[in-house]
Amino acid sequence: MIAHLRPAFVLLTGLTVLTGVVYPLAITGLSAVALPRQAGGSLIRAGDTVVGSTLIGQSFTDPKWFHGRPSATSAPDPADSSKTVDAPYNAGNSSGSNLGPLAAKLIDRVKADTEALIAESGATTVPADAVTTSASGLDPDISPAFARLQVKRIAATRGLAPDRIEALIAGSVRGRDLGIFGEPRVNVLELNLALDRLTRS
Amino acid sequence: MTAIGWLQCLVVVALVLASVVPLGTHMARVYAGERTFLSPVFGPLERGFLHLAGERAVRPQSWLGYTLAMLVFNAAGFLLLYAILRIQGVLPLNPQGFDGVDPALAFNTAVSFVTNTNWQAYGGETTMSHLTQMVGLTVQNFLSAATGMALAAAMIRAFAKTGREALGNFWVDLTRSTLYVLLPLSIVLALAFVAFGMPQTLAGSVEATTLEGAKQIIALGPVASQEAIKELGTNGGGFFNANAAHPFENPTAITNALEIWALLAISAALTHTFGRMVGDKRQGWAILTVMAIILGGALVVAYWAEAGGNPLLTALGVDPTMGNMEGKEVRFGTAASSLYAIATTGTSTGAVNAMHESFMPLGGFMPLLLIKLGEIVPGGVGSGLFGILVIAVLTVFIAGLMVGRTPEYLGKKIEVKEMKLAMLAQLILPLSILGFTAVAAMLPTALASLANAGPHGLTELLYAYASATGNNGSAFAGLSANTPWFNSTLGIAMFLGRFGYVVPVMAMAGSLVVKTRGTASAGTFPTDGPLFVGLVVAVILILGGLQFFPAFALGPIVEHLLMATGRTF
Repeated sequence: MIAHLRPAFVLLTGLTVLTGVVYPLAITGLSAVALPRQAGGSLIRAGDTVVGSTLIGQSFTDPKWFHGRPSATSAPDPADSSKTVDAPYNAGNSSGSNLGPLAAKLIDRVKADTEALIAESGATTVPADAVTTSASGLDPDISPAFARLQVKRIAATRGLAPDRIEALIAGSVRGRDLGIFGEPRVNVLELNLALDRLTRS
Repeated sequence: MTAIGWLQCLVVVALVLASVVPLGTHMARVYAGERTFLSPVFGPLERGFLHLAGERAVRPQSWLGYTLAMLVFNAAGFLLLYAILRIQGVLPLNPQGFDGVDPALAFNTAVSFVTNTNWQAYGGETTMSHLTQMVGLTVQNFLSAATGMALAAAMIRAFAKTGREALGNFWVDLTRSTLYVLLPLSIVLALAFVAFGMPQTLAGSVEATTLEGAKQIIALGPVASQEAIKELGTNGGGFFNANAAHPFENPTAITNALEIWALLAISAALTHTFGRMVGDKRQGWAILTVMAIILGGALVVAYWAEAGGNPLLTALGVDPTMGNMEGKEVRFGTAASSLYAIATTGTSTGAVNAMHESFMPLGGFMPLLLIKLGEIVPGGVGSGLFGILVIAVLTVFIAGLMVGRTPEYLGKKIEVKEMKLAMLAQLILPLSILGFTAVAAMLPTALASLANAGPHGLTELLYAYASATGNNGSAFAGLSANTPWFNSTLGIAMFLGRFGYVVPVMAMAGSLVVKTRGTASAGTFPTDGPLFVGLVVAVILILGGLQFFPAFALGPIVEHLLMATGRTF
């Protein structure tokens, strides 16, 4: 047993320095030089202020914006830190709803959201991503179908022709990566920035 | 289910299979002590470390010496990590000013990372400083994986060689696993991850002003370097609470495919390492085929269940085309999420890109099943291989009983002692999973942690103890596990599942390694053909079924049946 102490000490120290200090710092240094935008979190800036990250969804509630998916993230309750309050798209505390498929809370929430969306859009069904929370609560994307479902509301609020918004969506759809991986999607923050440019022009 | 969905799965599987021979061959050279193409870079480090460790330390070891060295090293790693967790508040690289972690959570987390489980009862971005993530957690991501690989190398030598001290030396295997396999792969993968959008910075967080004028605090950190080893070492502990569902831990469907490759690559390739080292590559392919059959079957069920959507939501006017999207990300969809879930639980990784808790009843059943089958298809790095070799030994024994011959595997006779030790190891799993679940299901303190009622609540408990004992680390994450009860019992379950399993298995290796390898005769049961593959699959399923079917019936199966009646909880 005692004979093992020296190699244990030497290797734990040596490998800790190598894998816990040298390795992450070397990757950090290389990334900062070669890939600064990605390494810093793919931030979007307007002048000096950070508007957000292309990879992280934001909460949109005003009818003039494209809305992202429902988000299940929370934050500590300012009044009582042992409790939490809903805080959609809290990028400091990622989380899913963790509701099971038969949870009454899930069914009730989806029922209310679906009815509201059907009433607003006049559609008969809604795409699944429109009424379900993402795994991270920070999903930056929506399906093209969910984007199109919101055209009527945005056109009315902004006084834009619906087909111009349709065209904006069509131009913003990202297909599957390499044509194979994942699903087609629209980045909500980028779409809303483009929508603002369209409104201004 | 769609054709493009299946194509995605097949492309990733093809990538894994394509790396089996080159990676498996490389690892065979690593464990044979030969020079590799990486020796010019890492050779001096290897020699330096082992020189400092001492001449005596690197001599060949008996099974007991090897096992003791492993235990001492892991105990030291546990103490170091526990200390870092407790005092992170006064250590540097803590831009968000997190306090030290409380004793129960620090115990749970230290056991979790040392045992390659990476169960997380905390949210990474709200609890751990950058120093803890790097010097504490990333290090154990490497070392727990290297420990598993070293043990697998010893187990392979038990069949390949003969002699009391032919199992090798733990310190050498540990060092070579880290330097020649885990570290170089991690460097390449981490840089690829950053290129596809994963952050890698020492900044703590950045404050954004959203388009609606609200403040959004975006947590950042050295993510890519941890993500790479987290997948390669089948660890699974996320930098962020949402793990690889977080867009920073998995920005695109390409990083997603790379992650799935990474978490399967080493475990799958070790079967080829095994085949090469025992001098018969067909033996390795037979083992890999067993793994692929079970994994493929589980994938079909999970993808089918998820792609169909939730009928209770379809009835409300939700279009079922996208499938069950609760707890899934749009960029992945149901195909890439199902494949990830199967790969992460077939290996003992436990990283998630979708919330298993919100899977359909049968979709969530498959990850649970794969964990309970013992994390052997293909299992954690190293631990999966020695785990399935234990099953192979059981299989030849059962086959031997059926035809009335002395069973042997790879020319080594399987006798009473080996069977006793194999069964001892095998019984740890149901004892810990079912025992703890049964107690928790009767304790009000434990039940207060449940997030879902009905059969789903029981599945939460079953999944937690299965995940801990199987050293997986994924969760039905609604369970509020950061309580003294769960932190302590899950910590014990992780310890039992790792070391309670490994010690009898190493004793079995010690018993096998002293036997001479007989030559095959006409009466030898061939262990490289379809009959053997079929028998091993059957033994795995029957063993898992006998142990766990009643619990499954009360959890996911009854939940699936209730879904048809429209019952909610």
